[in-house]
Amino acid sequence: MPNNKKMYDKGKVVAGLIIFGVLITFPLWYNHLKVAPAPEPKLVGKAAKAGQECIEPKSFMKAEHMLVLDIWRDTVVRSAKRVYVNESGKEFEMSLTNTCLDCHTEKAEFCDKCHNYALVLPYCWDCHIDPKEKM
Amino acid sequence: MESSRRSFLKIAGISALGLGAKPVLDVFASTEEHTEALKPETRKGEDVLKAKRWALVIDTRKFESEEDLKPMIEACHKIHNVPKLENKRHEIKWIWTEEFKHTFPTQEHEFLDDRVKHLLFLTLCNHCEKPACVRVCPTKATFKREDGIVLMDFHRCIGCRFCMAACPYGSRSFNFRDPRPFIEERNPKFPTRMKGVVEKCNFCVERLAVGELPACVEASNGALTCGDLDDPKSEVRELLRSNFTIRRKPALGTGPSVFYIV
Repeated sequence: MPNNKKMYDKGKVVAGLIIFGVLITFPLWYNHLKVAPAPEPKLVGKAAKAGQECIEPKSFMKAEHMLVLDIWRDTVVRSAKRVYVNESGKEFEMSLTNTCLDCHTEKAEFCDKCHNYALVLPYCWDCHIDPKEKM
Repeated sequence: MESSRRSFLKIAGISALGLGAKPVLDVFASTEEHTEALKPETRKGEDVLKAKRWALVIDTRKFESEEDLKPMIEACHKIHNVPKLENKRHEIKWIWTEEFKHTFPTQEHEFLDDRVKHLLFLTLCNHCEKPACVRVCPTKATFKREDGIVLMDFHRCIGCRFCMAACPYGSRSFNFRDPRPFIEERNPKFPTRMKGVVEKCNFCVERLAVGELPACVEASNGALTCGDLDDPKSEVRELLRSNFTIRRKPALGTGPSVFYIV
């Protein structure tokens, strides 16, 4: 193999690489290398009341609420079952607007805060109604 | 031991496959656990109205003018958040009116009696026994429930409109625009639809689930009767036994579940 270690246009290439590096890390140094703190969903209204329990434990809901909602929508629409019975035997109507939002009355504080932070934008609210929101 | 390059590569490949299989198996094992953690009990409500095959009998003798039909249309469209779009091409309708010649095109002739000729007929999804819309739906968004109701799962509708082409009754409407600004008074208990989905009558499944009759039946002052077609003692069967009834376009073989006493 010929020993060809010469690099053409070294100055331009290195300068270009440095500019590229600076640009791609822009979001990091623009925020002074700090990570924006994750928001905590706020409980207001009925959900904030002491002793008021969600359908499942908080830790479970935090991790799996999307799965719960997915199962709910299929069960309600396709299997025509509308009642959810949790571990302790308590019954709930499987409904986003009528059950979830009945306690978690502030969608903006409870859902949107984290979802906007994580840029997870489900299309629930294209059809399901937040009673507080004006159409 | 003599080892050729070929056999070395073979062994290396098989070993890599073996090592690679474990994480894949782990993933499958964990997803199984994942769903196993959530096996909640779900069931129907206690008040649910049941039937083997839901049917509707419309006694058109009890209607005289369009005014008599309005309360039923309004009741339905109000509780289901059906938007009012003036543009005919964007119109959304779950239940609407049609002249005799359009409701029963094969029965029409020029010597029809005056009453029928000028009467408006209530038309809605026929919840067919063999629904064409269900057959053509590529995502199974439209499906037939065990109780005969042809229902739409709006979550799955991709707006291809095959069902609209297949339905011989024009029972389906497409949301060409975002319907929300056109809903006069929204019912927060029931969702709206979004731009790009098809919608139609759902036989008030949300009302049947809590023991209420469909909204149109409730608002009809007895002109509309719904019940179980499979139960010989039901009210609809009694009406069908004692009255001559017709269905829309029976020759197509869809088996409509909406009957008209003319």
